[in-house]
Amino acid sequence: MTVIKASEFPMKTADVIVIGAGIVGACCAHYLSQAGLRVAIIDRGNVASGTTGAGEGNILVSDKEPGPELQLALLARKLWFELIGEFGVLAEIEPKGGVVVASTQQSLQHLFTLAETQSDSGVITQRLTANELQDLEPHIAPDLAGGVYYPQDMQTQPMLAAAHLIARGVASGMIERLTATEVVGFLQGADGALIGVRTRHEDVHAPWVVNAAGTWSGDIAALAGVHLPIHPRRGFILVTEPLPPMVNHKVYSAEYVANVASDNEGLETSAVIEGTRGGTVLIGSSRERVGFDRTLDWRIVQRLATQAIQIFPFLRHVQLLRTYGGFRPYCPDHVPVIGPDPRVPGLVHASGHEGAGVGLATATGQLIAQAVTGSPTDVPLAPFRPERFEVEHV
Amino acid sequence: MSEITFTLDGTPQRASAGMTIAAALFSIGVRSWRTTRVNGSPRGLFCGMGACYDCLITVNGQPNIRACLVAVNDGDVVLRQKGTGHE
Repeated sequence: MTVIKASEFPMKTADVIVIGAGIVGACCAHYLSQAGLRVAIIDRGNVASGTTGAGEGNILVSDKEPGPELQLALLARKLWFELIGEFGVLAEIEPKGGVVVASTQQSLQHLFTLAETQSDSGVITQRLTANELQDLEPHIAPDLAGGVYYPQDMQTQPMLAAAHLIARGVASGMIERLTATEVVGFLQGADGALIGVRTRHEDVHAPWVVNAAGTWSGDIAALAGVHLPIHPRRGFILVTEPLPPMVNHKVYSAEYVANVASDNEGLETSAVIEGTRGGTVLIGSSRERVGFDRTLDWRIVQRLATQAIQIFPFLRHVQLLRTYGGFRPYCPDHVPVIGPDPRVPGLVHASGHEGAGVGLATATGQLIAQAVTGSPTDVPLAPFRPERFEVEHV
Repeated sequence: MSEITFTLDGTPQRASAGMTIAAALFSIGVRSWRTTRVNGSPRGLFCGMGACYDCLITVNGQPNIRACLVAVNDGDVVLRQKGTGHE
């Protein structure tokens, strides 16, 4: 740990410090404040200025294979659904459902097998013939083999969701928002215990610090003297001109699940297409490990556009307005890091969600609040424990 | 400078060759040629350099052309645009 003794530096206090004002940090702050704790949420940028502002807003159960992450996704989905009543319109939370499509009979059989195992884990699935696909998505390519409908999949506008979650806590006096504020170290008391963080402006004292710094959370962990292997996995999204409603669900190709789970460092693309309330159609997704390089690669634009047109041929005649990109927080075993770090009592991690951070944010925030208040957790934290990389690291 | 002819909502208009569509419209006194999707508010040239997508217009059947970037050609059929231009 970067040992900084408490000093005469300007100081404020909270019950919990959350580092990172993306959607995961916002949800942690929200559920912690709902549990009656005063939260200081700190970000060196602005709300949603990192990966949250560069995503699609996926809340998916369909892309998870059975296991701990799927259980997390089901809990998260339930909590997102509960948030609809509070600010569904403001945050554009839409329970629109997902449709996964297969172009060949062989990939359709694989998709059906996956859906069957997901169904055993509590996911609602419905097999679709090519004709049924047309009924759900009238503009979809007629030559697809079929697909699976996942009615639980949802969507949100993640920047709005993060902003409203934080703003509401600020309004109620439970959350203090410290943006444009960089954490430079952790504070230790006389007995060596973690007592807060130092920013460029002041010290903030709290017995708990939540590391929700996403793709940059490995750097925060390093400030506390612990190893957390979170790396950037770059993705681009294409944005079309606004259209009348043409795509009703989240529609993506069956290859997407395999790409998400892959360890390949090279470029992988698989079509993910969805309409937005604003009228633009968003087209993803690409994955590659290239560090923090933001340079746009036209091959990626070309591949994403080509794959999207194979699923929705009308897109051939639609103009692209722009592209945007960002860096997913990639964890080597594709499982997020959630819970207290036994190596530094008081430090809690909420990170490593890769491309599923928006969807999993609510469950993550709820589990963090339960862990900090010493309550039983809704799902076991063991699969997400932060120290699991220690052996491999040494 | 050579002159060309185009139509705006069916009415023949003249412009100098090489002008952008936005310049051609300004030169005949037209300042607004699109209305927004939700509130129907008028829009025309704003940034003038391709960044803001405010000056969208329908040209030869293709909606959402940026008037500030595209040169007007002899015989172009230019239509004022409502909303997405696809409805």
